[in-house]
Amino acid sequence: MLEIRWHSRAGQGAVTGAKGLADVVANTGKYVQAFAFYGSAKRGAAMTAYNRVDDKPILNHEKYMRPDYVLVIDPALTYTADITANEKEDTKYIITTHLSKDELIKSQPKLENKDVYVVDCMKISLDTIGRAIPNAPMLGALIKVSGMFDLEYFQNAMKRVLSKFPQKIIDANMAAIERAYNEVK
Amino acid sequence: MAKKYELNEIEVWDGNTAVSHALRQARIDVVAAYPITPSTPIVQNYSKFLADGYIDGEFIMVESEHSAMSGCVAAGAAGARTATATSSQGFALMVEVLYQASGMRIPVVLTVADRALAAPLNVNGDHSDMYLGRDAGWINLCAYNPQEAYDLTLMAFKIAEDLDVRLPAMVHQDGFICSHTAQNVRPLSDAEAAKFVGEYKPVNSMLDISNPVTHGVQTEEDWHFEHKARQHNDLMNSKNVIKRVFDEFKTLTNREYNLVDNYKLEDADIAIVAIGTTVESARIAADKLRDEGIKAGVLGIRVLRPFPFEEIVNALSNVKAIATMDRSAPGGTFGMLFNEISGAMIGSGKSPIILNYIYGLGGRDTTIEQLIEIYRQLDDCARSNQRKYPLQQFIGLRGPKLSFF
Repeated sequence: MLEIRWHSRAGQGAVTGAKGLADVVANTGKYVQAFAFYGSAKRGAAMTAYNRVDDKPILNHEKYMRPDYVLVIDPALTYTADITANEKEDTKYIITTHLSKDELIKSQPKLENKDVYVVDCMKISLDTIGRAIPNAPMLGALIKVSGMFDLEYFQNAMKRVLSKFPQKIIDANMAAIERAYNEVK
Repeated sequence: MAKKYELNEIEVWDGNTAVSHALRQARIDVVAAYPITPSTPIVQNYSKFLADGYIDGEFIMVESEHSAMSGCVAAGAAGARTATATSSQGFALMVEVLYQASGMRIPVVLTVADRALAAPLNVNGDHSDMYLGRDAGWINLCAYNPQEAYDLTLMAFKIAEDLDVRLPAMVHQDGFICSHTAQNVRPLSDAEAAKFVGEYKPVNSMLDISNPVTHGVQTEEDWHFEHKARQHNDLMNSKNVIKRVFDEFKTLTNREYNLVDNYKLEDADIAIVAIGTTVESARIAADKLRDEGIKAGVLGIRVLRPFPFEEIVNALSNVKAIATMDRSAPGGTFGMLFNEISGAMIGSGKSPIILNYIYGLGGRDTTIEQLIEIYRQLDDCARSNQRKYPLQQFIGLRGPKLSFF
């Protein structure tokens, strides 16, 4: 079982990202789950979303998770949210930031000695999509770090998921995914 | 003529999306609805399907849930197939009309994304609304995941509308934990689904003006008791139709449904009895106990009403200790499942140790670890043949432990 936790603000697209990822993974014959903690959260409030992936049907409905990947798509949440909660020894962190990896770890010492990757999903989404919707670039970074799919396969699969959107938006998302795939360190 | 909706063999749908497609495919004449979290996307999607040309029926936007169910009952009396969706406070407001629907024998289908009841206000999942409506004379079907919410919604029409049943049916799924959790769902094609559900057969239709009828009449002590007895009799006997529809669905899809959902109970010494998503989580906990050589099993309630007494007694007849798990504040007594499982066992001459666990209120997380702890208590009781724990315990509660008796 592969487990992923997203840290996001309501409105940044973590739920859409988690569901989009689930959609692509389900098409490879695997079983998926995508959910989020909502409460009465308003736009801008810190929230978490989750993915589970397995080779057999997923029966686990607990919200508690020890994630294999933690995806932080809002830069400030690295400092204000408990992003290392219930971590495993080998949990991988992919964090949106304009800082280098060393600068990031210096600014948030609890990431020391952890498997940390950085990518500036905010800048990438502003440059490509024109809005601060960092979910698509984060998926590009995750695909690279996890080796889950090759870039072309994933882009083609995402084109299917996004098929109801205008071509311009699909193209922008493809560019965002590709840039994050190449830039994540 | 409604447009055909292209579906993939495997969709990734949350429970609400799954139910909204089942409603679209059931070719309903009238949906009267008022939105409420967490069931809102069911009717929101449905109205979008209609606006986009995928549905031929009528959608009535009403001013409250009381009116939503009243609209369904009225359309049903007129001779239409009807359905709606609700949760929590909306369900509570519908209660008066739920009894009207069942007493008038209108086969409305109500899809419920189960949620806590205020106060304090809470939008998350528990079974307070399900328990509030359990004596309303409806058939109650319970899903544990989005696929089952889809399947049971299609089956609900066929069961409720059967000429031997003609009673309304609810399909329950856990609010958020199922309604907003996307998982793999294999839908039927629109044509397959429509063929399975079948054409609606109006009975005593008010629009059949050559055969005038009256609905919603008054009966006092002269006839009221006979009407309610007949209604109860037909609800009890609807078991046979439910089983037949489950079998027909299995023939079509290879997906099997039973009145109770047994997991490794054949040789089990201890068992958890639950409703909803917890049934599936408990299977994971049972397997962990079995890895240690402890024979644990799970009984899931698939059909809450009519209550499957015989099937439950058969499934639990050799179990030594049973945990009945109620996701609803019991309000001054034991949880419903404790009372009903105890009644079923004692009524059949069985006396296993039965404990009651109140859990998960207002969406409180139910972890595999908590379920394992419940099995450990049961195992302790089963080995010593002694009830070593209080009859009623609250689990997952913060602060000092709360228990009774």
